[in-house]
Amino acid sequence: MPKINKFRREELKVKIEFDSSEIDDGHLIELHKLLLKVRHAEENLASRYREQQMRTPTHFGTGQEAVAVGVCAALNDDDVIFSHHRCHNHYLAKGGKVYELAAELYGRADGCSGGRGGSVHLTDREKGIVATSAILGETPAVAAGAALSFQMDGLRNVSVTFFGEGAMDEGAIYEVFNFASLKGLPILFVCENNLYATESPLWVRQPQGTELCERAAAFKIPSFCIDGNDVAEVHAATTSIVEYLRAGNGPVFLECMTYRWREHVGPMFDHELNRTYRTQHEVEFWMDKCPVKRSAAKLLAKGIATQEQLEMWQATTDANIKDDIARAAIAPWPAVSTLFEHI
Amino acid sequence: MRKITYAEALSEGLVQSMERDPSIFVTGIAVDYPSGIFGTTTEAYKRFGRARVFESPAMENALTGIAIGAAAMGKRPVLAHPRNDFMFLAFDQLINMAAKWKYMFNGNAGTVPFVSRAVIGKGWGQGATHSQSLQSVLAHFPGLTVLMPTLPEDAKALTIAALQHDGPVIILEHRTLYGTEGEVSEDFVPAPIGKARVVREGTDITVVGTSLMTLEAMRASEELERQGVSVEVVDLRSIRPLDEETILKSVAKTGHLIVADTSWELCGVSSEIAALVAEKGFKSLKAPVKRIALANCPAPVSFELEQAFYPKASTIAKAALATLGVAKSDLGLIDVEDNFKGPY
Repeated sequence: MPKINKFRREELKVKIEFDSSEIDDGHLIELHKLLLKVRHAEENLASRYREQQMRTPTHFGTGQEAVAVGVCAALNDDDVIFSHHRCHNHYLAKGGKVYELAAELYGRADGCSGGRGGSVHLTDREKGIVATSAILGETPAVAAGAALSFQMDGLRNVSVTFFGEGAMDEGAIYEVFNFASLKGLPILFVCENNLYATESPLWVRQPQGTELCERAAAFKIPSFCIDGNDVAEVHAATTSIVEYLRAGNGPVFLECMTYRWREHVGPMFDHELNRTYRTQHEVEFWMDKCPVKRSAAKLLAKGIATQEQLEMWQATTDANIKDDIARAAIAPWPAVSTLFEHI
Repeated sequence: MRKITYAEALSEGLVQSMERDPSIFVTGIAVDYPSGIFGTTTEAYKRFGRARVFESPAMENALTGIAIGAAAMGKRPVLAHPRNDFMFLAFDQLINMAAKWKYMFNGNAGTVPFVSRAVIGKGWGQGATHSQSLQSVLAHFPGLTVLMPTLPEDAKALTIAALQHDGPVIILEHRTLYGTEGEVSEDFVPAPIGKARVVREGTDITVVGTSLMTLEAMRASEELERQGVSVEVVDLRSIRPLDEETILKSVAKTGHLIVADTSWELCGVSSEIAALVAEKGFKSLKAPVKRIALANCPAPVSFELEQAFYPKASTIAKAALATLGVAKSDLGLIDVEDNFKGPY
C-alpha cells in the first residue's frame, strides 16, 4: 500500500514521516500480543453469540484488528478515543477488559456500561475510552470537543476518533473537519476503510474516482492512506502523527485500508447466508492479508519469536478469554430497581 | 430592588457564572460580535475575551457534539442559537448522544453538562422557520432538561442553575421577552430546576403558561380581575422535569384550567398538562380543560395572517370567561400594542 500524503501544504511546518522498519523487536511482540487479544476475543464472542444469549446487535471487527492495535498502542491512558458501531477492537486495544466487554454483551451488571449500553456503547474512562456510538459521523464531533478541551487547557493529550468510510457519507463529519482544521485541534481522524457500509460498496455511494484523503485534504488537513492490515505500518504512522499532534500542529486524517471478514452485523460469514454483495473470492483475498498472520510471519522472519512461542501466546490468550467470557455469561443481572438510575 | 431587562438578566447570570467557574465557555454563531445573541453574550465577551467566548461556523450538529466532548472532559460549554429552529440540525447530538450519555454508559462515562440556549421568535414576519417553539419535542426525551424562563428574575436564576446542572440543559428564550423589565437580584442565586412558579394567586381559574404566554395570561388576569374573576397564573418555567404538584394543587383550588403554550396543540405541552390534570386531578375539574396554542398551521408572514396566528391576552381572557360560563363582556384593549421595531 503506497503512503500517500494527499496534502502537502507549503506552510506545513513539520513533515510527518514514518517507517515501520524502525519499530524495535520488543514493541513488535507487544503489538502481536495485543492483536491476539483482539482477534481471540472477537472469535470467541462471535461463536458464543450464535447461542442467542447476547441480545444486542453486534458488529464484529474480525480482520480489522491492526488498525485498532496499531493506533491505540501509540497512545497513553490519558489520550482519549471515540469509536463507532464496530468498536470492540478499539475498546480492547486501548486497554478495555474482555470480561467487561463480554458482560456488557450479555447485559450483565459487570458490563463496562452496566448492561445499559450493549455492543455499541462502550466506555472505560480510566483507559481513555470515552464513548462509542452507532450513528455514523456522530463521535468524530464529540472527539473534536475533547480535543478542544485539551487545547483550551494547554494539555498535550490527543483525541482519536475511529469511523468507517461510511461516515464520510454524513454531513456532520465535514463540519468537524472544518472546525478541527480551523482551530488546529489535536485530533486524529482514523478512517477504517473496509470498502463497505453495511452491504454497499463505496462506488455506489460516492462519485467514481473518490479518494477519501482528498476530502479531508480539502479542509487543509494532512491526509494519509496506508495499509490498515499491517500493524507495524499503522503503528509507525500513528506514532509520528501523535508526536505531530502533541506539538500543536493541528488535525491529521489517516485512512487505513482494511476488510471486515464477517457479516455487517452478527457473527456469521456472508457465504453462510448466501449473501451476494461481495464474492467469496474477494473475502479470501483479504483473509490472506490477515493482520495476525502477517504479524506472526514478521516475528518469525526477523527471528524474534519461534513458532512454539507464537502458539503458546495464542493458546494462553485464548484460554484467558474463554475464562473471561464464561464468567461474564453467569454474572449477575442489573437489578430492576436501578432502571431509573443515571437519567 | 433594581429593575433590568430580560436580556440583561440573561447576560448577568452568564457573566456571574463565568466569574465563578473557569470551565464555562460560550460558542455559537456570532457570539463574540457586538450584537452577540441580542446583546446577551456581549458583556461575557468583553470580560473574558475570545479565549472563552468565540464564534463558530454554522455547524449546529457538530458543534453540539463538540460541546458534549468538551463537557465530558470537564468543560461547561454554552451554545447559543440565534433561533431555536436551527436546533433541528443538532437533534442527532442532542437526543442520540447528550440526552442518553449518562444513562447508556451507566454513569461510567461521566456526565455532559452543557447549556444550549435558543431563541423563540414571534411576530414581525418571522415566518415558518424562525418562529417555532421546540419545548415539547425536546422535553419528550428523558435525559434533557428543558427550561423556559419568563420573568427577568428567572432568566438570570435559571441560567445560573443550568450552569450548575450535571447534564445537558436547553433554555428556550422568547425574543419578545428580551426587552421586558423586572426586578432582579444582584446576588448569585440559582432558581430550582423543575419547579413551577405561581406568579399570581387566584381562586376561580388556573392558567398554566409557558414563556411569553405566561405574560399574556397575566395581562388577561388583570382585566378579568376588574370583571370580578380571580385568576391564578402558574408559570411552568421547566418543561422537563415537570412540576406536577404545583399544577395539580392550583387546579384543586380553582377547579378550572386553561393551558397557554407558545407552540401548537397536538402533542404539545398544552396537551401534556391537560392529560396530567385529566389523569391525576380529574375530580377537581368543574369544566373541561381549554388549550390555547398556535393556530394549526405553520407561521405565516403577512401581518394580517400573523395577527390571527398568535394567541394573546384577549384569547386567554375570552377562554377563561367561556370556561367559567360567564357571559361575554367587553374586554377593552387588553392586548399589547404591537410596537416591536425590526429587524428582529
